[in-house]
Amino acid sequence: MSEEKVGSVAYVRKEIVKDLPPPPSTTGVIGWLRTNLFSSFGNIILTAIALYIVYSLASLVYEFAFANAIWEGTEGKDCRVPDAGACWPYIANRFNFFIYGFYPSEEYWRPNLVFAIGAVLLVALATPKIPGKMISGILFLFVFPVVTFFLLYGAGFTGLAEVPTEKWGGLMLTLVVATTGIVASFPLGVLLALGRRSNMPLVRSVCVVFIELWRGVPLITVLFMASVMLPLFLPAGTNFDKLVRALVGVTLFTAAYTAEVVRGGLQAIPKGQYEAADALGLNYVKATSLIILPQALKMVIPGIVNNSIGLFKDTTLVSIVGLFDLLGAVKAGTTTSTWSAPTVPVTGFFFAAIVFWIFTFTMSRYSQYMEKRLDTGHKN
Amino acid sequence: MTESAKPKMKVSETEVAVEITNMAKWYGEFNVLKDINFKVMKGERIVIAGPSGSGKSTLIRCINRLEEHQQGHIVVNGIELTNDLKKIDEVRREVGMVFQHFNLFPHLTIMQNLTLAPIWVRKIPKAEAEETAMHYLERVKIPEQADKYPGQLSGGQQQRVAIARSLCMNPEIMLFDEPTSALDPEMIKEVLDVMVKLAEDGMTMLCVTHEMGFARQVANRVMFMDQGQIIEQNDPENFFDNPQHERTKLFLSQILH
Repeated sequence: MSEEKVGSVAYVRKEIVKDLPPPPSTTGVIGWLRTNLFSSFGNIILTAIALYIVYSLASLVYEFAFANAIWEGTEGKDCRVPDAGACWPYIANRFNFFIYGFYPSEEYWRPNLVFAIGAVLLVALATPKIPGKMISGILFLFVFPVVTFFLLYGAGFTGLAEVPTEKWGGLMLTLVVATTGIVASFPLGVLLALGRRSNMPLVRSVCVVFIELWRGVPLITVLFMASVMLPLFLPAGTNFDKLVRALVGVTLFTAAYTAEVVRGGLQAIPKGQYEAADALGLNYVKATSLIILPQALKMVIPGIVNNSIGLFKDTTLVSIVGLFDLLGAVKAGTTTSTWSAPTVPVTGFFFAAIVFWIFTFTMSRYSQYMEKRLDTGHKN
Repeated sequence: MTESAKPKMKVSETEVAVEITNMAKWYGEFNVLKDINFKVMKGERIVIAGPSGSGKSTLIRCINRLEEHQQGHIVVNGIELTNDLKKIDEVRREVGMVFQHFNLFPHLTIMQNLTLAPIWVRKIPKAEAEETAMHYLERVKIPEQADKYPGQLSGGQQQRVAIARSLCMNPEIMLFDEPTSALDPEMIKEVLDVMVKLAEDGMTMLCVTHEMGFARQVANRVMFMDQGQIIEQNDPENFFDNPQHERTKLFLSQILH
């Protein structure tokens, strides 16, 4: 190869160039709008279409819930107006029934007290700044359920009037089923997930069979079996409470799903983490609880919350075994003759949807907040 | 002779740290280690070299039972490694290990990484464990990172934390499994410096590494492995300057440019 002189290649930088601010058109509101909404002709059209769809949906909801809504009245005929929107008097009139079901009205303070204690404990547990997580955790997981049971059920040493579970209903019942299901299924699900990854073939098989069995059956079947078929197999005379049977069914069903979600997290933990824990002399229980599970569970927060939201909504299925949850209470109300009007059922379901949405959206936002809070900047 | 060149590092004449006799290991049908026999005295620094797949990592991982051997005997600090979980835990408490990929616990701060095992395995009070941890963090020259998470540290810093984490358990023996192989070139020296210091303080060390400069500087013995067996073993001067086996000569000619 011939050597051609193209000038010297030697170069030495004399001073380091300082960081400059980015060009103004790429930052701020204008920059954001330009890159995200109006970056090209096609995008401008899509933005316009999307805006139009959002506008029409929002105006529909607005007309139904506000503009054309009936705000006052005492029975169905007040809502039987041409072009009437939501029939809010129906919700106001039936509100207590939606919240408490058939619970006797003079005893409403009992569920109210339960709601209050639950809310205080949840806030204490969920807010990172409030200290004493250990105490609030124990109170919520072990003391609160017992207190709830005696407060709501009464009888025995409490001196409170007995309210059988048949009378529990509405949002109160929904919350009892959902909270019990979510809280009780979680530890069971984690144990099943660990068991499924066990080295012991027998433990593994039992867990696999359990998980696959419960996952393979629709929840509605589980509930139906629990309340109709189970009594047939039990010796005559033994009678479990209908609510307890539904709770057990929901818990075991959710545990199977939780187990698979958690197993996904366990499998994502690099082998090196197990080895480092082993090399430091941590035994299985310590390595699992201090090293593996905290990381695995953090990873599967979205999946677990997804499950919980699913369960929260699936509690509506308990109406199949004759329990009156929120949706059941709303549905029952729409068929009474005093409130027969075309918009009454729609209003009822609209209300139920909003209540469900508030709870599930709260769970979703909280889980996203937790994900961010627990992020330690590590990517595997 | 070697000892006179490195007067600071004392090797015990009588106390045995690790003794391996007639050891062999299989992965299924594959005979990954065969006819392994050697003895490590307290205070010895041994560098294990060899091509990839020669079984050197597997060998040191057998010493704290991250891998199980199927034949022969491994005695660490007077404890024979068998299926007895109690004995395994006992050995692991006395043997520290540093991994190629650091394997720090990403969900815990540096301080928590260092104090976890002392608190939960050695049952040392938290305050005391933190004091020890701070001492070792100073020794690896990153005390200011104590409250950060591993994900916020550079590779070299993470590896130094990993070394400090092992030291917090106050081990008798340290195993290094390619501690600098995953590091950026600019960070290798900071980790090697820590290891040299450790050797000077008299730690018994077994290092799988390709850092031949380190081997020359601190090792009192270099072991060369290929195809699951020990091919050649010598003090570093003779190993590098006067290799005997053909395979060793080939290996050295490939890596020393």
